[in-house]
Amino acid sequence: MAEEKVTAIIVGAGPAGSTAAYILAKEGHDVVLVERGTTPGCKNMYGGRMYSHALNRIIPGFWEEAPVQRPIARETVTFLSGARSVSMSCQNTDWTAGPYHSFTLLRADFDAWLAGKAEEAGALLACGIRVDELLTDGGKVIGIRADEDEMLADVVIAADGVNSILAQKAGWAKMFSPHQVATGVKQIIELPEETISRRFQVADNDGAAQLFVGDCSNGMMGGGFLYTNKNSISLGLVINVGELRRSQVKLPDIVEDFKNNPHIAPLIEGGEVAEYSAHLVPEAGLAMMPRLYGDGMIVAGDAAGFVLNLGYTVRGMDFAIASGEAAARTVIEARERNDFSERQLGRYMDFLKQGFVLRDLEAYQKMPQFLETERMYKAYPEFVTGLAGKLFTVDGRPHVPLLRMVMDQMKESGISLVQLAKDGWKGTRSL
Amino acid sequence: MKRLTIEQLLGVDKFAVDDEHAHIKVNKEICSACNPKPCTFACPASLFCIKNGELSFDYAGCLECGTCRVVCPNAGIAIDWQYPRGGFGVHYRYG
Repeated sequence: MAEEKVTAIIVGAGPAGSTAAYILAKEGHDVVLVERGTTPGCKNMYGGRMYSHALNRIIPGFWEEAPVQRPIARETVTFLSGARSVSMSCQNTDWTAGPYHSFTLLRADFDAWLAGKAEEAGALLACGIRVDELLTDGGKVIGIRADEDEMLADVVIAADGVNSILAQKAGWAKMFSPHQVATGVKQIIELPEETISRRFQVADNDGAAQLFVGDCSNGMMGGGFLYTNKNSISLGLVINVGELRRSQVKLPDIVEDFKNNPHIAPLIEGGEVAEYSAHLVPEAGLAMMPRLYGDGMIVAGDAAGFVLNLGYTVRGMDFAIASGEAAARTVIEARERNDFSERQLGRYMDFLKQGFVLRDLEAYQKMPQFLETERMYKAYPEFVTGLAGKLFTVDGRPHVPLLRMVMDQMKESGISLVQLAKDGWKGTRSL
Repeated sequence: MKRLTIEQLLGVDKFAVDDEHAHIKVNKEICSACNPKPCTFACPASLFCIKNGELSFDYAGCLECGTCRVVCPNAGIAIDWQYPRGGFGVHYRYG
């Protein structure tokens, strides 16, 4: 493979890499998409849902052909504290009609499909290859080395995931600190299709998404998630690694505790675990962003830290797809000018800003810090569930005025008025 | 649902174990001096454990997340971390 030079080598056949490969190949460029798994998607996992908008712009009506599971009809956020839980749900029938708002999907199927689209468009897909090194010439990236094989390209797109070995080898990414990433763990729990629809009270093939905060993370910064697939439930936790370092509880045990939580157990009752998976989630947003472009290379997707967690929405795949698109547009323009210098590839930033990727990450840049507020994971869930528990309890005891009830509950949960006001202000400003 | 042990959980996953190369190596000397040994509880596959006072590690059930590499107080020195060679390691059928 040594002598031939292609326009782009894309490392990683996840949503960012395959999108970039698809767009470039469709425009007639020579691209090689390199994947370390034996099939695209077999190394990838995520929580469970993709917002449709980014891919729908590139492949309109993709759900007609893509292996999606269920369009999400209902969103729920649940506070967990001991015997009590409080949920807030939002249902919107528009979400389950075209253009579908979001889908649950399984990455082994979906990523293979998207990589297949790139292949169909003319990209060369090479699986089972771990890229070991970048080839450079005077500071410029000129290709890759995998084992004994070398391959040259005008540009390398590093879409090699959160642990981006390439961005680190290039010296573009610092090793992240524990509090900048979270560990996501998930179990796929199989249940009959009708049982899932009935249990989650959704029509036919519709789905439900649920996020949990409180007991599930053992008081650590993090939370739980549940997504319904066709014949299975994706259930898991995302916990900040900095917090895991301080904890003395084994992560697999925390997951098993979560499954046996009285508010969760009935949802998965009778299910069979079909898979257990884990993955790091970049959580610090702009604060952990590596250098995104330079002579001969562009970084996209998780490798660039493009994930946004607002507590009630968690986004990664739409950012990955849009950044893959931005990378492809950058390469197309660079090819036209036959200029792959850092200055020309800097157009990547313009494409990222014209889309939503950098715009949204900048708009919510205070959010990661706000989510570090310790009270979010113990005191507030306790407060919310405690107060609601009192409101809904009728037991013949004398009436307590609402304001007093609130004040009492705050005291019980160890929250001061000043803290509440400060956190409220900080939270509002982060959004 | 019945609680599952980590062995049972990893038992449902599909792996192609590379018998010739360990993709993660730990430095026993540095690790024996490490006090909290956070890898022993943070690893989602519980592959790090203490046996006879020494840190023992088995790369065979690795989920390739990278948590150990980040959680390690001696990051970059104590754990020599790589992905498995192409074609080896965990093979998610769902993801």
